[in-house]
Amino acid sequence: MWKIFKYSFYDMIRNRWMFIYMAFFLLLTLALLFLSNDFTKVIISLTNIILVLTPLIGILFGTMYFYSSKEFIELLMAQPLSRKSIFTGMYLGLASSFSLSLILGISIPLLFYGLFNAANFSVYLVLCSMSVVLSVVFSLIAFIIALRFENKIKGFGVAIFTWLFFAIIYDGIFLLLLLLFKDYPLENLSIGLTVFNPIDLARILILLKLDISTMMGYTGAVLQKFLGSGMGSIFIITILTFWIILPFMRMLHLAKNKDF
Amino acid sequence: MPRIIILIIALLITIKGHSSVIEMCQSCVITTLEDAIQKVNKCDTILIDGGEYHIENVFIDKSLTIIGSNQATLISKSGDELLTITADYVTIKGLILKNVTMSYIKERAAIRAVKQKYITIENNFIKDCFFAIYLENSHFGNINNNIIEGNATTEAESGNGIHAWYCKNINISNNNIKGHRDGIYFEFVDKSKITNNHSELNTRYGLHFMFSNDDDYWSNTFKNNGVGVAVMFSSRITMLNNQFIYNWGRASYGLLLKEINDAQIIGNMLKENTIGIYIEGSNRVKYSNNTFDHNGWAIKFSGGSSDNDFTRNNFINNSLDLIVNTKLGSNILHHNYWSNYSGYDLDRDRIGDVPYYPVKLFSYILDQAPEAIVLMRSLFVDLINFSERVSPVFTPKEVMDDYPIMDIIR
Repeated sequence: MWKIFKYSFYDMIRNRWMFIYMAFFLLLTLALLFLSNDFTKVIISLTNIILVLTPLIGILFGTMYFYSSKEFIELLMAQPLSRKSIFTGMYLGLASSFSLSLILGISIPLLFYGLFNAANFSVYLVLCSMSVVLSVVFSLIAFIIALRFENKIKGFGVAIFTWLFFAIIYDGIFLLLLLLFKDYPLENLSIGLTVFNPIDLARILILLKLDISTMMGYTGAVLQKFLGSGMGSIFIITILTFWIILPFMRMLHLAKNKDF
Repeated sequence: MPRIIILIIALLITIKGHSSVIEMCQSCVITTLEDAIQKVNKCDTILIDGGEYHIENVFIDKSLTIIGSNQATLISKSGDELLTITADYVTIKGLILKNVTMSYIKERAAIRAVKQKYITIENNFIKDCFFAIYLENSHFGNINNNIIEGNATTEAESGNGIHAWYCKNINISNNNIKGHRDGIYFEFVDKSKITNNHSELNTRYGLHFMFSNDDDYWSNTFKNNGVGVAVMFSSRITMLNNQFIYNWGRASYGLLLKEINDAQIIGNMLKENTIGIYIEGSNRVKYSNNTFDHNGWAIKFSGGSSDNDFTRNNFINNSLDLIVNTKLGSNILHHNYWSNYSGYDLDRDRIGDVPYYPVKLFSYILDQAPEAIVLMRSLFVDLINFSERVSPVFTPKEVMDDYPIMDIIR
């Protein structure tokens, strides 16, 4: 497994696209820092972009990578290696190179800018870890999609739709439900609904460090107590862990049973 | 001429000669305050030198000065009131007052002043008392440099720090008030000044005005109070250079205005409040040079308000700038700085060329379903905000700043 991981990792970090990906975040963060000297504002803009881009790039690049290395996977499967180690290795290679270029892209400008006090540093840590979690989750989903659909076009179509669903459509339905049932107490519903969308979870966790907590008071006691306290953060982190473990099991299950 | 001067000086000396100082301490001739008050003449001074005195319901019915030194402490015997002032020209300085407990029947106060003029309450430390200073019908009073620390936990079981009722021309400055229901409470108080006070961690309001007119408050700090600062049913109040900081909660406002007319709100700093200013039924109020920084909502503007003037304010990094649930009507909004403004300034006059629309669709949605807060800053919300901005359907179109300033106003 580690050999496959190593191979896949080196393959990925030498990839042109990974450099472009890193360079993009590097330039973006630099530009944001250059344009605005308010750290909170930089983090908010960065959050907006990361929440949209990392899932999109993760899911598209993941499917692309899987399809393009399909022959290599088939070659590996001819060797005396378990499918579990092959797919785990491949996946870890992809996810870790993704995370690495992302973290480097964000961190280098921020570290050089030297905006760090304790509060800012914790915001930065949350932002970094959330962007890693999102890339991890969405590249997993990409592997699942690629395993399910033999047809590339169909695979890409489903991948794009999945991203669209989690990034926009889900929130639209969410908001519609809230407005339709606004006469009822909706606090538990609104907590329940965020659980099913990793992007929402990541966004709330970052915003809990920023401005959402000021506004939380307005929504009433339940939400404030739940999300405004340490409990909320622990809850979100737990759910996000599930968001990694469950798709991972699903991916392995699909990989084991697939007839190549 | 010199004779007259000598005569006046002689006169002054003789007047001064009449007033004497009576010392009171645990090893002195006089050991109780009641005793001391009985023995002194008008205009005398009682000097309390150290020690703890357990007293209750002591009436000060002569014009005199009581000065405490060396931690002279007055402690309530069974929790009832300590001092009641019923004479004019009374000064109370440098005392420590303690242990006036909560009562559901009587508004017990450490120092109560009833129907008198020109009292001075200075440099006292009032700790764990139900009401600290209670002024009834008292005029021209000075309350300076006191430290007032209560132990309020709930709104129903706590009293006010400085409570003034039917007073005129009083002056409250440099006090530090903590842990009461309202830090400073004004009811039917006219022509008074509140300056340089610090009011923090009170269970209800940092400062509370009811039916009080022609008052000024300057340079005070109101921080982390239960539900903010409230000015209600009052006219001609001037609010200058105050700081309203960190009032969080569902009904939390930096500043709550209800039925306020002809007020001036200038140069205040509102920072990190759930709602910066909540305005209801207020007319002819002028807001300028205020800074709204990192609030949830900078201004929530309800119906029944007209002829208000918002010019040259800074709106910096507020999650939402403004919510208006009626038409703007005769209220004026222009020449403000908005950090969320994304327009341009081609003619370089430092005024934006396109108007700024401070009401976002999302703030309108939040008003309908507050739980939608969990969707804040999501891509979907940004999209609907954008489309609403391009062609307004739900949000009032005429609420806009025609001349948004490009730089922060100093």
